[in-house]
Amino acid sequence: MTALGFCDVRVSYNGIEAVQSFNDLLHSGEWLCLIGPNGAGKSSVLRAAAGLVPYSGSIAIDQKEIPATSARWRAQHIAYVPQSPLIPLDMNVFDYVLLGRNPYVRHFSWETKHDKEVVGDVLERLDLNAFARRSLGTLSGGEVQRLVIARALAQEAPVLLLDEPTSALDIGHQQQALELVDKLRREQGLTVVSAMHDLTLAGMYADRLVLMHQGARVAEGSAKDVLQPNILSEFYGVSARVHHEDDGTVVVIPQRISTR
Amino acid sequence: MTPTVSLNTGHNRYWFVFGGMLLLVAMIVGTMIGPAGPTWWRIPLEFLDRLPFIRINSGVSEQDWNIVWLIRTPRVVLAAIVGSMLSISGASYQGVFRNPLVDPYLLGVAAGAGLGATLVFAFQRGATENWIVDPLPLAAFVGALAAVLVTYVVGTAFGTTQSTTTLILAGVAVTSLATSIQAFILQRNTDVVRQVYSWILGRLSSATWGDVRLVLPYVLLSTGVLFMHRRLLDVLRVGDDEASALGINVRRVRLIVVLAATLGTSAVVAVSGLIGFVGIIVPHAVRLLAGASYRRVLPLSVLLGAAFLVFADIPSRVLANPAETPIGVVTAFFGAPFFLYLLRTRNSST
Repeated sequence: MTALGFCDVRVSYNGIEAVQSFNDLLHSGEWLCLIGPNGAGKSSVLRAAAGLVPYSGSIAIDQKEIPATSARWRAQHIAYVPQSPLIPLDMNVFDYVLLGRNPYVRHFSWETKHDKEVVGDVLERLDLNAFARRSLGTLSGGEVQRLVIARALAQEAPVLLLDEPTSALDIGHQQQALELVDKLRREQGLTVVSAMHDLTLAGMYADRLVLMHQGARVAEGSAKDVLQPNILSEFYGVSARVHHEDDGTVVVIPQRISTR
Repeated sequence: MTPTVSLNTGHNRYWFVFGGMLLLVAMIVGTMIGPAGPTWWRIPLEFLDRLPFIRINSGVSEQDWNIVWLIRTPRVVLAAIVGSMLSISGASYQGVFRNPLVDPYLLGVAAGAGLGATLVFAFQRGATENWIVDPLPLAAFVGALAAVLVTYVVGTAFGTTQSTTTLILAGVAVTSLATSIQAFILQRNTDVVRQVYSWILGRLSSATWGDVRLVLPYVLLSTGVLFMHRRLLDVLRVGDDEASALGINVRRVRLIVVLAATLGTSAVVAVSGLIGFVGIIVPHAVRLLAGASYRRVLPLSVLLGAAFLVFADIPSRVLANPAETPIGVVTAFFGAPFFLYLLRTRNSST
């Protein structure tokens, strides 16, 4: 079953094409990771799907095309976690996660008891219950990242978009955040599209990698297929070694060019 | 840092009770104090006497009652309306622009109203005395609305991104333009400089029930629309992008909120002149006291804004008796130190 489909999706900014004809079909529960150098168009694909930039072509969920006019419908089906979320420091954790229920609340109405139960449930599952009444300004970076994911989960959308979910986290919190997404994906069949710079982590968690360069897809497949020294050197301009672990993990290690 | 306890639940009600009580006290005290009229303590009794089923001999003469009812009371009521409108507009502007330094005059309301009023003063104020409709509030109202409309049209037409920066810059440009035209007119009509200056500083001294009737429909409409948007203002706090991704049409919400706040602000500016500071200080005081959620900030701004301006109007009547002290002077003079005090106590407690 196709959970998310991109058909000839193009994004341009002021006449410059940032994404050239992006096509993809994701099945339910799949994790697709977009990789590529800065400016390759990864974020633009995610932002198009989240309805934040105008695009041509169509994006469909469960084979139903997303209506261009209904931001609410889109938000009920796609949750988006931006690269650097804007955190209102004086808002409390519960109220922040409650914002995720906005797509279900009629415009001039209020959240229902059910909405609050959903939030309570999400906080419980993500071990954030103890924080519920704390203000966001008192949380650490790792806690905030979990919180933003919690807000996205409160949207109860089948598709989760993550733009650089781990770039601001230390190695431990990177692992925690990605494990969390992976767990949710397995438990709830969430379909995940993420953009990531850390190639080793991308290869470890995603089912499939798509390498983008100047708006076009240039390679795709498993970590083993895509993370090859010659491919990385061609599109990232990097000289890197690729190490294959026994468990199938592909580790990308950049090499020093200058000699000591 | 220590955990901050949210005021989301039970404490909520107390702030509303407090705000309501404060406003009531302000209005009672406001009708009791003034340069002429009956002894202060007789006035509440006389008000009670005029309620149905209550008979109290307050000893207030009919003439004294007229001072209270026709001069002081409309002034108090108008102060409450103006204070609440400026505060809720300020809070809403701060919400849609996500900028704590924004006030309701941001997009050109003040300059537009000032220009409109200046035009009326310059074209012989004396000659308009017999007109059926006083052109001064009308010109100020139209000037304010026109300025904001120009700002909005220019700001959104030239803005390539969804950011609010273009809009704010357009507001700055329109303000400068209107101010320069105003200065040019004043230069050629130096005899009205004093009148214009006193209008700009704001006054409630000439308030009548007619003024109250004039502004009330706009204020009610505007306040109603803003109230309906208070949950959405909370969603906007996470930024345009995330609010869009959460299913909000950000541009439409911003347009409606700005229009509603501008309509109400223009109406009150038309009758009271430019009373500064209220639109910034009251919403912030509310945030410091009761938290930053717009669900509380908007209704509490209405109550506390009204109470604040009614209180501020009292020294404005009696300080330089028999002359009037411009209320804008009073709001800043008492408001600024109080605000600094709040900032200090709140920052040291968290």
